[in-house]
Amino acid sequence: MFNLAAFSLYDAVFILIAGITVTAALGVVLFKNIIYSALSLILAFLGAAAVYFQLNAGFLGVIQILVYAGAISVLIIFAIMLVMNRPAGESNLSSPRTREVFTSATIAAMLLTALVAVIGFTQWPLGGRPGPDNSTGLLAELMLGDYVIAFEAAAILLLVAVVGAIILAKGGENQ
Amino acid sequence: MEPLFINLAEAFTGWMISLGLDPGWAEAVLLVVKWIIVVTIITVNIIILIWLERKVSAFFQERLGPNRLGPFGIFQTIADAIKLLTKEDIVPSAADKLIFKTAPMFFIVVAVMLYTVIPMGKGMQVINLNVGLLFFISVGSLSTIALLMAGWGSNNKWSLMGAVRSVAQMVSYAIPLAFSLLGVVMITGSLNLQDIVLAQDKWWFVILQPIAFITYFIAATAELNRGPFDMPEAEQELTGGAYTEYTGMRWALFFLAEYTNLVAVSALMATVFLGGWQGPWLPSWLWIIIKTYAIILVFFWVKWTFPRIRMDHLMSFSWKVLVPVSLGNILLTGAGIYFCRWMGWC
Repeated sequence: MFNLAAFSLYDAVFILIAGITVTAALGVVLFKNIIYSALSLILAFLGAAAVYFQLNAGFLGVIQILVYAGAISVLIIFAIMLVMNRPAGESNLSSPRTREVFTSATIAAMLLTALVAVIGFTQWPLGGRPGPDNSTGLLAELMLGDYVIAFEAAAILLLVAVVGAIILAKGGENQ
Repeated sequence: MEPLFINLAEAFTGWMISLGLDPGWAEAVLLVVKWIIVVTIITVNIIILIWLERKVSAFFQERLGPNRLGPFGIFQTIADAIKLLTKEDIVPSAADKLIFKTAPMFFIVVAVMLYTVIPMGKGMQVINLNVGLLFFISVGSLSTIALLMAGWGSNNKWSLMGAVRSVAQMVSYAIPLAFSLLGVVMITGSLNLQDIVLAQDKWWFVILQPIAFITYFIAATAELNRGPFDMPEAEQELTGGAYTEYTGMRWALFFLAEYTNLVAVSALMATVFLGGWQGPWLPSWLWIIIKTYAIILVFFWVKWTFPRIRMDHLMSFSWKVLVPVSLGNILLTGAGIYFCRWMGWC
């Protein structure tokens, strides 16, 4: 049962963050206006960052804010603004109020089952304890030490993708 | 005088625990009190800053500036604040009401969040984060979204143009902004701002990292949307950019947030490049104020002496000059650190 004595400040903060994150994530799919969806996506990203901070993974949290909330979401909003060709009030195609409920519900249920199964079957090594205090240094040692080849390969892959995108947008040698 | 505020905070926590409060909750209450103090200081400081900027700009343009209310016109800003507070709150009928109203709040919240990590004295910080420097950069990048919300929510061509400009500018300048701070991080080996201050007890990083200081200053001017990089506002071409439709207190919130950002960025520059709170004779919290104000005056000086730069020049300057220079600085710093170790100096 719910034990009030064991209910600490830590739990209260987590429930607050989780509540905000889940509400924002629901907003992404439920809003009819896609700009609202994009903005609540930012809120969901910030909530995830707050969870990272609470788990003592400050570096991950900061990168989550910088990359997802600060950069990716801006790109999403830009893309929406550039291609939007209908009234803003009915622009979210995935919203159940504008699209078939059955298909999306089926896919969502399948995804939920898969996620619950993965979470249930995984053996979590840390289990409850907060992570180490100096997670930045440990991450750096892993990324630029043990896994440096994979890290660099990912970097080169991204560079190739960026160059490819520019060439596609510019139209190659025809210009 | 030195440990005055730390003693005050400890006395406050002790008093709350003696009242029978759990130490964890006492810490939380102390955090809230710290925030209230920070917000109060910011608001009062803005009144002085606006008056100062008007006086400084008047000095550059050989006129008097505000001089009617009080000695040297010091009460002019208070009169302006009362005027803004009593103005009618206009929301355009075609605006997206929710986004229009949230944008200024989001902007000011993000600006105030920057003060979480700035060391305001020896051991004086709202929260001593291990990744303080990165936190500052990443939270600073969130203000883009507020401007985008303002531009979109206003449903006005000038506003949207201003927002699009500001986003393009801030996204491009965030890269040299972050890169120019990396040199300092490489030398210190830490992202904690207190560690960065302590590493400067012999040499300020402005001497060890002069290129980074200059690139950071330029990139910060662009991030703050201040002249000569104030393209998003550009009164002469966009009638006020993203702020065009805002009146009264909502507009004042944007104005307040811009100055809040200015003080935060100046304090960060003082912390990272000018030795932070370290200095002789005076208490540490006075040194950081003096250094911050010195940098703010340089920002004023730049704004009122340079003409506005064209948008395409602005973008190509970031990508073709600032990014390569700051990358070169990282290479140079790395080589310097290895040379220093090889010679056995450090």
